[in-house]
Amino acid sequence: MIDSRIQDNFEWRFILVSVGILLLGVASIYNVTHDLDQSGHVPIYVKQLAWILVGSVALLAAMAIDYHALARHAYLLYGIMLGLLVLVFIMGRSSRGAQRWFPLGPFAFQPSEMAKLALVLVLAKYFSDVPRAGWGHQVIIPGLIMAPGLLLILKQPDLGTAMSYTFIFVSMVLVGGLRAKALGMVVLFGSMLFPFIWELFWSSLHDYQRERILTFWDPMTDPAGKGYHALQSQIAIGSGGLFGKGLDEATQSRLKFLPEGHTDFVFAVFAEQWGFIGALVLFTLFAALLYLSAEIAFKAKDTLGVLLATGILSMLGFCLTVNIGMTMGIFPIVGIPLPLMSYGGTTTVMSMAALGLLLNVKRRRLTLFY
Amino acid sequence: MSKFTTQHEAFRNLQRRLLFLRLGLMIGLVLLSTRLWYLQVNKGGYYRGLSEQNRVRTVDLKPARGLIFDRQGELLANNVPGFNLYLTVEDITDRDELADALEGLIGLPRAETKKRLANNAKSYVPILLKTGLTLREAALIEGHRLELPGLRIQAESQRNYLYGDLGGHVLGYVGEVSSEQLDEPAFQDLTQGSIVGKTGVEKTYDHAIRGKPGRKTIEVDARGSERKTLSVAEQTPGDDLFLSIDHPLQRLAESLLGEEAGSIVALDPTNGDVLVMASRPAFDPNALSRGLSSALWEQISKDPRHPLTNRSIQGQYPPGSTFKIFVAAAALESDKWSSDSTVRCTGAYPFGNHVFRDWKKGGHGSIALSEAIVHSCDVYFYNVGHRLGIDAIAQMAGKYGLGMPTGIELPSEKGGTLPSTEWKQRVRKEVWYPGETISASIGQGYLTVTPLQMATAMAAVGNGGVLYKPRLVRAVRDRLTGQIQEILPVVRGVIPLRDESVAFLHEALHEAVQRGTGTRARSTIVEIAGKTGTAQTVGARAQISTGSEGVPKQFRDHAWFVAYAPAENPKIAVAVIVENIGHGGTFAAPIAKALIEEYLEQTESHDRQPHPGQL
Repeated sequence: MIDSRIQDNFEWRFILVSVGILLLGVASIYNVTHDLDQSGHVPIYVKQLAWILVGSVALLAAMAIDYHALARHAYLLYGIMLGLLVLVFIMGRSSRGAQRWFPLGPFAFQPSEMAKLALVLVLAKYFSDVPRAGWGHQVIIPGLIMAPGLLLILKQPDLGTAMSYTFIFVSMVLVGGLRAKALGMVVLFGSMLFPFIWELFWSSLHDYQRERILTFWDPMTDPAGKGYHALQSQIAIGSGGLFGKGLDEATQSRLKFLPEGHTDFVFAVFAEQWGFIGALVLFTLFAALLYLSAEIAFKAKDTLGVLLATGILSMLGFCLTVNIGMTMGIFPIVGIPLPLMSYGGTTTVMSMAALGLLLNVKRRRLTLFY
Repeated sequence: MSKFTTQHEAFRNLQRRLLFLRLGLMIGLVLLSTRLWYLQVNKGGYYRGLSEQNRVRTVDLKPARGLIFDRQGELLANNVPGFNLYLTVEDITDRDELADALEGLIGLPRAETKKRLANNAKSYVPILLKTGLTLREAALIEGHRLELPGLRIQAESQRNYLYGDLGGHVLGYVGEVSSEQLDEPAFQDLTQGSIVGKTGVEKTYDHAIRGKPGRKTIEVDARGSERKTLSVAEQTPGDDLFLSIDHPLQRLAESLLGEEAGSIVALDPTNGDVLVMASRPAFDPNALSRGLSSALWEQISKDPRHPLTNRSIQGQYPPGSTFKIFVAAAALESDKWSSDSTVRCTGAYPFGNHVFRDWKKGGHGSIALSEAIVHSCDVYFYNVGHRLGIDAIAQMAGKYGLGMPTGIELPSEKGGTLPSTEWKQRVRKEVWYPGETISASIGQGYLTVTPLQMATAMAAVGNGGVLYKPRLVRAVRDRLTGQIQEILPVVRGVIPLRDESVAFLHEALHEAVQRGTGTRARSTIVEIAGKTGTAQTVGARAQISTGSEGVPKQFRDHAWFVAYAPAENPKIAVAVIVENIGHGGTFAAPIAKALIEEYLEQTESHDRQPHPGQL
């Protein structure tokens, strides 16, 4: 009984932090979009609230079904995901040179967001089935599992998702038991192969992606052109100062100098309005979320649970770090949304489903002793 | 058991590895916080500045230029509302697209837009792209606002010259301040795109009539659309000018010249007021002030008839026989010659191995100075010139202000040439040949003057020897206080002629019109005194006279007539030159007569004195 109370307490903290982040996201989205002319349309912040509602259902569902049961169908689910990625490639809607979305009435569904979660599931299943030894079992086979998804995402192209997809893979392989010696081999081979991989990677990029990476190094070279996003975002954040400019004086976002203020650059909007103090509060919320997630991973009862939580933790951590990093000009601008804050149906629902999975792992931690 | 232990160890191992991921994420968050501190706290002020620069735009409030009136208070130049197109470079996304769109919408050539974009230094200061947009063009631009960020239509006052090309050379025109000017202290309060006078009184009095620009700061959004006004410093309108020009007389003068190239200057001999300053062909200052296209500018500036040249102050012509007045004055004041000295004119004057001819075949017979002026006898003046020498002539002509700028308040006045032995040594590095004195004594050779110089000199002849600086602006009125500051006449010098000499010249010039070469200027209503002149053009040196038909137009002589009236108490002095037309007595004299008659008739019938309310 005591345990159960502690458990409830923990879950409430987890939920509270998540809801806090979600609401700050909605507030920022409201601030940048409420004065847009959208006569006859549902306001964007209302849509985001609706997505959060859908996400809550996904969260409860992901929490309800035992993750062992989910893992039994991991390969099947992953297979379906790959099928969707192929399908989006054939009949998806393309926008700005990328083919990423399935139109669903007034909404768009982005299967690559879902693919990250499927990858976490399938890798967790793979590593937990039997102890994997030798770098063949520990790297090459999981690599082969991961590769088709990565290639399909790169082909869309969706650089940001491909990067987080890769990061999930690497962190799960490392946590999953790759020995120091094998790790050394991977690093060695990796550095030998790097020029070829880089060449392959670079030539597979679209022009706009290359320009983004190039202008990342020096946004001032073309302040009105390709470096515009990066520069305006840094101006927005920097001008927020210690205490922020408040809602009305946040001119970078209010006057739309900052593009994509409600999606990828939502952090810049927040930091302009609330300043360093406010951003630190937000960081604290995110840090708390990551800490609680790591706790779940650490205290999971079995390998599958640990790896599931690890995968989700690295997914959230990576997206968070890269997104905020790119708004502050320490990462190139790749389209990675800020989990739980950026506007977007698929990303919101998937992030909340991921939180559900974490709670799932947490809840079933004690069943071992039953 | 052992299997369980291995499994358990593997599980512990898993958890240990997890620590690395946690550590990694923690480092990530610390790095992000550091960067955040750097951006917001260390460089917060810098980025604050950048964000202000993003949202704040400074708009110059152009002051209305001062009005320009004629001597009666008749309005000559005012301001009308006009639409100007501005562009803020920082707000543009695609320069090529913009240039294309502007060409399509308002016909502004691509190259023009690109040129303007290229020499703009500060990206957040709006630059003037085009002035004088039509309502339709302005509406088209406004309609495409969303596709064309950074463009702004500004309703501003636009210079308007009520009578088009009438008096255009005197008024001048306005245009955008040049980047060279912006570096000068006199233009310190101006910015790129400010309007300044380019020529005429618009330029010389620019400091007074341009006013003081105001400044408005506004907040704009990312598209460059104005959201709200942050601060305003109002502009101060420019001061008004009252010219000495007599507008109806100016109009008459220009119509008298008609399609011919030439100039008419009329002065008030009592104070140097410029009543008329006409130069033809002319240009419309309205067209030049409204940011004309390169093509039109090319057409105007490369016109072989030079419409932009103000011939009254920039046309340097040989004075021809009109110069005899000043040679005669030199003779009268010299002990080497007297008014009674007679010369026998046979129509030719052999000098060295050259024969100088008289305009009249067969000559004038034996005549004295008075008749020589009346009939414009060349041979008589060849003799006078030879006796006096060039330096005595130059000294006298110099006292009348010939061959040097008059100091009129107009830009780019030319001086002409008054040759002397000293001049030739200095400029040509050669000695003076006596034969050159012969040509000079009938106003040919090196000698050149401007019509304005001839008019001021003639006014000095008429008023008995007071040489005024021509006064073009009589007064400046402060637009705010209404206070009028009069600009007083300036005497440049007094010509020390004996009274007898003055009377002699007056009589001879009156006679020249009554019964001499200037009879075509003889009037039934007023006594006119004057002198004809026929200036040979460079191409026609070979012939003595090339006045008539059968000679290509560009080789024909320039016709001069200088006069003052009434002969007894002059109220107007006139210099007329018509280019490439023939004899002065035939072509220029009637023009002077018509002008003088009109002026004196008006003065007598109505009060043509300056409006008391204005001055």
